[in-house]
This record gives sequence, C-alpha cells and structure tokens, in this order.
Amino acid sequence: MKYRRLIPIIYILFLMLPIYWLLAMSFKTTNEILGGFSLFPQRWTFENYYTILTDPTWYWGYINSILYVSLNASISLIVALPAAYAFSRYRFLGDKHLFFWLLTNRMAPVAVFALPFFQLYSAVGLFDTHLAVALAHCLFNIPLAVWILEGFMSSVPKELDETAYVDGYSFPKFFVMIFFPAIKSGIGVAAFFCFMFSWVELLLAKTLTAVEAKPIAATMTRTASSAGYELGLLAAAGILTIIPGAIVIYFVRNYIAKGFALGRV
Amino acid sequence: MKTQNQRAWIFVLPVLLLVAFNALIPLMTVINYSVQETFGNNQFFWAGLRWFEDILRSERFHAALGRQVLFTITILLIEIPLGVIIALSMPRQGIGVSLCLVLMALPLLIPWNVVGAMWNIFTLPQIGLLGWVMNSLLGISYNMTVSPVAAWITIIVMDVWHWTSLVVLLAYAGLISIPEAYYQAARIDGASNWAVFRYIQLPKMKKVLTIAILLRFMDSFNIYTEPFVLTGGGPGNSTTLLSIDLVKVALGQFDLGPAAAMSLIYFVITLAVSWLFYTLMAKDEQ
Amino acid sequence: MARVTLDNISHSYHANPSRDADYVLKNINLSWIDGGAYALLGPSGCGKSTLLNIVSGLLIPTKGQVRFDENDVTRFPPEQRNIAQVFQFPVIYDTLTVFDNLAFPLRNLGLPENSILKRVTEIATMLELESDLSRRSASLAADKKQKISMGRGLVREDVNIIMFDEPLTVIDPELKWKLRSKLKELHQEIKVTMVYVTHDQTEALTFADQVVVMQDGEVIQVGKPEDLFERPLHTFVGHFIGSPGMNILPCDVKDNIALFFGYKLQLEGPILKSTGHCEIGIRPEFIRFGTEGIPAIVQRASDIGQHTLVQTVVNNITVNVIIKGPPPDPGAEVQLCFDPAKTRLYIDRRIATERLQ
Repeated sequence: MKYRRLIPIIYILFLMLPIYWLLAMSFKTTNEILGGFSLFPQRWTFENYYTILTDPTWYWGYINSILYVSLNASISLIVALPAAYAFSRYRFLGDKHLFFWLLTNRMAPVAVFALPFFQLYSAVGLFDTHLAVALAHCLFNIPLAVWILEGFMSSVPKELDETAYVDGYSFPKFFVMIFFPAIKSGIGVAAFFCFMFSWVELLLAKTLTAVEAKPIAATMTRTASSAGYELGLLAAAGILTIIPGAIVIYFVRNYIAKGFALGRV
Repeated sequence: MKTQNQRAWIFVLPVLLLVAFNALIPLMTVINYSVQETFGNNQFFWAGLRWFEDILRSERFHAALGRQVLFTITILLIEIPLGVIIALSMPRQGIGVSLCLVLMALPLLIPWNVVGAMWNIFTLPQIGLLGWVMNSLLGISYNMTVSPVAAWITIIVMDVWHWTSLVVLLAYAGLISIPEAYYQAARIDGASNWAVFRYIQLPKMKKVLTIAILLRFMDSFNIYTEPFVLTGGGPGNSTTLLSIDLVKVALGQFDLGPAAAMSLIYFVITLAVSWLFYTLMAKDEQ
Repeated sequence: MARVTLDNISHSYHANPSRDADYVLKNINLSWIDGGAYALLGPSGCGKSTLLNIVSGLLIPTKGQVRFDENDVTRFPPEQRNIAQVFQFPVIYDTLTVFDNLAFPLRNLGLPENSILKRVTEIATMLELESDLSRRSASLAADKKQKISMGRGLVREDVNIIMFDEPLTVIDPELKWKLRSKLKELHQEIKVTMVYVTHDQTEALTFADQVVVMQDGEVIQVGKPEDLFERPLHTFVGHFIGSPGMNILPCDVKDNIALFFGYKLQLEGPILKSTGHCEIGIRPEFIRFGTEGIPAIVQRASDIGQHTLVQTVVNNITVNVIIKGPPPDPGAEVQLCFDPAKTRLYIDRRIATERLQ
C-alpha cells in the first residue's frame, strides 16, 4: 500500500510523454528534427508558432473551431435543458423508448454519416458555415447533454418544484431563478462534455467545411500533406489545439469529480 | 413519483427535431443507397438486398469485423481495470486531486487527428522518442509501417493513452460518492482491503462503470480518425478497423451501395450490444 | 465484555494544537460499567461523535487513554477492539443478502459456516428479521436497514461495547419509538454495554440509565435522567433538558441572600461562593401561583397536554410556569411562588448552592 501513490504518478508520466515530445518538437527547426535525435531542442526556435499566429489560414482555423464549438455547446444546452426536465419529472407516452433512441445516436458510426451529412447540409445551403458543424455535432452532444442533465435533475427533490409553484413562481421564472442554481454543476459538466466532444471531432467538421469555417484540425492535416514534412509546424499547431482544452479543464476541475458524484452519471 | 403529463412532449420537441434532422434524414439516405447500385452520373438502379448478402458473406468484412472486435475487447480489458486501479489509488483530498484531474483529463481534450499525429511523431523510428528508445537504446526493432504487430500494439497503447482517463474520472466520481461511514463500518467489521473493494467500492462503482463500458464500447467501435492518422490502416490491412474499411469503400472506391449496406450492418451490431447494456443497466436501477 | 474507561481524553483536529479553542474535546473522564446503557447528549458540534470515534478506534486522541478493563487500547485499530458501531445512516452491503450482511463480520473472522448460520439465525430472530434473511438488503426500508447495521454489531460474541451514532435520524417518526423500544429490549436481553449518541433529549432520557451531557467539548454533567431534570449542575443542562427548559433568571447576591429584582429568594441550601455572574435556576414545574410571591403579569397560556404552560413577565424578564387547571387570562396580575427546595443559585453557570439533606 505504501507504493499506491506511485500509480497515479506513473500514469500521469505516461500521459505526459507524448505531449512533451510534441512540445519539444514544436520548438525545434525542421533541420534539427530530421537531422538526428535530441531529447531537448538544441536551438530553440519560435518560428513555428510565429508562422501560425501570423498566417490567417492558420489562426482562422482556431477562431472557426472556437466559434462552432461554442455555438454547439449553447444550442445543445438550450434544447437539452427542457428535454432533460421532462424526462426527469414526467412520465409520458414513449418516454423510455425515446430516451434510448436519443442515446442510439451516440452509437451511430460517424464515418457512416459523413457523406449523407455533406449532401444534407449542402441541400439546405448551410455547407461551409459554423452553424452546419454546430448543428451536426448536436447529433452526439444533445443525447449526452440530456443524459447528464437528467441525472442531475433527478437528484433534485421534486418538492423544490412544488414549493416554488406554491410560492407563486411561474414555470419560466422557477426554471431560471430556482432550478438553474440547483443544477448548476450539472450544467457545468454537460457544457464540458459538449465542448470536449465538439472540439475533438474532426471527420464531420472536415466534411462540412471548405474554407470559411474550416477547423484548425483540418488545416493541420491539409497543410501537413501539402507542404510535405513540416513536423515542427504540425507539432506547434497540435500544441495550440491542446491549450483551449487545458483551460476548460482547469475551470471545471472541481465540477468533474463532484458533478459526477451528484448526478446519476 | 413522476406525474403523467403528455405536455412533456413540448419540452422534448426541440431535441427531437434537431436530432431527427441530423439522424433520420442521413439514415434514410443511407438506407436508400444500401438497396441501390450506382454507376456514377447519379444513376441508381434497384439492387434489393444484394449488398447485404454480399457483405455478410465477404471475407473482407469478416476480417474487418474480426479486427474491430479484437480491438474493442482488448482496449476494454485494459482500460476498465486500469482505470479502476488508478481511481482507487488517487488521493481523495488536497491539491493532489485537482492536479490529477487536470493532467489526466488532458488527453480527452485533444482533437483526434492531433492524437494520431502526436503518436505518429512519438513513434517515428529515429525521430520519435518512443521509436528512438526502442530502436537505438534498447535495440528492439520497432517500426509501425513495417510490422503489423508493432502497429497493433501502438494503436492499442494509443487508445489506452487517450481514453483510460475517462474511465478513471467516472470511477473516481463513483468512489468519492461513498460516505465515510461505509469505510468506518467495514473497519469495525474487520473487513480486509479486498472485502472493502468487493463489497463496498465495486458495488458503488457499478453504475458508473456500466456507463464507462457503454461509452468506451460505442466510441471504440466507431473509432476512425486516430488509427487512420496513425497507421492509415496498414501495414497492409492489418489495422483496418471497421470505420476505416467503410470509408475506403465509400469514398475511396465510391461504392456507395455496399458502403451503405455495410454501415447499416455495423450500426445494427452497435445498437444490439448497447441495447443489451442499457437493459441490464435499467434493470439494475429498479 | 469490559468496563470502558476514558482517561483524560483531549482531541484536536489540528496537527499542532496550541490554544484551548483548537480542541474539540477537553479533558474527558468517563467510566462505563459493563452492561450499562449510556447516552451522550449534546447539541450538534459538541464533540460527541468525535468521542464515539475515539472509543471505536476510528480516531486516535491527541491526549489521554482509552482502556477496556485494564488494557490500554488507545492505539488499537477498530477491528482489534471487538466493538460495534451503528451510524446515522444505515450502512449495509447493498449487493449482499440480509443473511450475508449479518454474517459479514463473522466471515471476516474466519468462523466455520455452521456456527455462523446458528449465530446469524439467533440474531435475526432477536431483531425480527428472520423472514427477510434471503432478501437482497438494498431493497429494504430504512428501519430494517438500520436493524441490519445493529445486527452486524450484535453477531459477534462478547462485543465489548455497541455504539449508536444518532441511529434514528433517517427513520420515520412512527417507527422511531418502535425501534427505540426494540433497542431497550435488546439491551435487557443481551446485557452488553451500549452508548447512544443523540441531540434529542427524549431519546437519551428514555434509553439510558446514565446520561452524559456535553457542551463545547466538555462533559458538564453525568447522571440519571431524573437527576438531570431535578438538579442540573450547569445552566446549560437546565436549559437543554426539559421542555420548556429551566428558567434562568438574573439575580444579585448580597449578604448570602439571593435577590431577584429586590425580592428575597429562599434557596435549596447555603450559598457556596458569592463572586461571579449570578443566576437563579428554577424549572417551570416548580413554580406555582400564590398570594405572597413575586408579582408578575400573564402574557399568554398554551395547552401542553395534561398541563398548561403560562408565560409571565417580571420586569421584562420572561418566567415560564407550568400549572394544572385553567390558566389565568392574559394581562392578569399574579404572584409567583418558587419552591425553595428546587430553587438554585448558579454562579458563572455552575451550581453554587449546596443541597440540604
């Protein structure tokens, strides 16, 4: 038992190794990378980062990604909140089947849907917009958000609703003023997961965009393949995609553990 | 008790419309393709269930499905126990908790193609840290682009790297929801560490672990981007998992009919297994 | 079974306690004889649960000794103390049946299955759980779950002490008294030392032979329920026990005579000291309306079952009186007569009169 504390440390080291390597690589020149092995950058260069932060095709990739991810998280939460409330408070015709059907959409292989999605969003004239990606990601984020929020809402006693009605609150006022604060860690957890799955997904995002809304991750693959072996640039872009995630985790770190424990998730 | 209320449908409607738009229309398209044959120029001919028969008989599909099942089972067998062990050994309070959570969650928030690219760079024979350590330092010949075994081990290690933290987070959440009194009672009852795990911790983690298994099953069965970026399905077809094969058929060869039929079969398999989990879970909750 | 002695126990959750305020328990000395029924009574946060955990071994006290008979067990882990504890919320092993739950501590000891079967059946019969033995314990109601928690404590032979930490918190009111009398019955049947922690005076006074009243980490009185009611040694005890509690009235002491707004009061006996903050304590039950007493004005009266509680004021100080029969109308002028044998002087909150035998 004395060595128990070592287990998380070893695991974290294992997690950090590839990230460290990406980081080290991003500060190296192409010559150094191809020239031979070195554990640390021999000559530090910020060239790769400079390229990304000054070239609009690169940095717009970031802006695009952040735009559709935020849009997706907002849409997912706004529609998932009332639905989760209905699932947690009411019994209605077909509720259980509906809930499972929602979940099945997380199971649909995204690769299967890539082509039909392209056709669908082209047909409705949304191709290459942020909204298209945000809506498409709702496919797997809404079910998850409903699932998480339903768990949290079920742990809030129903008496809270009834007391509020007796006190003369209207439903919308109750929902915003009383219910929201009661499940705020649930909303935090759901927002985190929406952000996460929308941020990391590439296949749909790539399929539904061309120029205007192209995500950073897609910019990376295209640049990497067209410009040959620019590993340093690729590494720097990769590191920059990790940063928003790291910031989000930092803010929700307390919710993740506590939030899960409170909710039914 | 929940109240019977059909008006609840109004609350659910926006979700239904959005998901239906995203799910049903593409699904219709896929079903439509799956029973037709195309020769380009948007000409379609009725093909009936031919594609389904072909695929269910095809060795290529069997091989891809076999690889997929092998992959999913392997990563579940590694990630679930490993995640539980790590969650059990994590600190319960202090700044260590935040540190562990933030660092462990990091891989979950990296775009999937960056994960693939990162592991590609990490394992390059002379340039990557792992590749260099294996080949130059330990003298073990390790090259993913040549050896199928190396490629397999690498995609599995990559998936363990990428997703074990999700299991850890869920299991940890289950663990910290156990009131202190349970541990105290167990000590008074003279329970061994194993008994505490078996009769207190494991039962309390059961629900979150079912969710972890369900999520990991669904996501690993659908995995595409990371192994595609890492190995491209090679060497040969050795790491061509279902999704990779599917995209090869659909976009590479533009055989929309077979690809659509294949995706439906694939979808049904995922659905059936998940339904099984879901029913078990719902039954347990009563 | 053993006599439990707590010798000068102090405890602090700080690593390096320096001030008095760092301690949640201060110099506790208690002795519990084998087979007794005790209650630890006090408001939330008074340190009673900490004390319990020190006896069970979940905590090691900062100072002092815990002895079972003559053995120093201060540093023994719970499993070596042969004790049982029932917690506020039922702790049961959800996945196991009722039988397996009850057998759990015995299996941990490695006893043979046939003696486990015998013992568990015996205990289950005692707790009226025999018909539920094969059910999964997660499906039971809270009171049965709490019985299982008790049962797990009782199955081991020769348990030194069984401790209950507010065990009726989650039980429905109508089942509370049932479970409480079951406990009392069990105590008489198996004669094992039981310590019952609660903040509810009714639970403590009905269960225990001896009640330990605690406040702010200190024991302020140990005694039989009737002693605590009759002659509280501390104004807190007087106030905390009884409903309503004792009247605590301001007073002055001059020439060994207690004065309440100038009215001379006869006390139970001679005054022991006369410096400090003086107060008079008298229970509402021991005041009556008379003709030669302290003038007061009736404010309101309320029916409390067989008696009537009358609230009166003397110069803005409220004095509660409990009487039989019809109450005077509000606003009426009355005279309060204090029973001298039950009127006591408290100085700095502690009793300062001696009882004449």
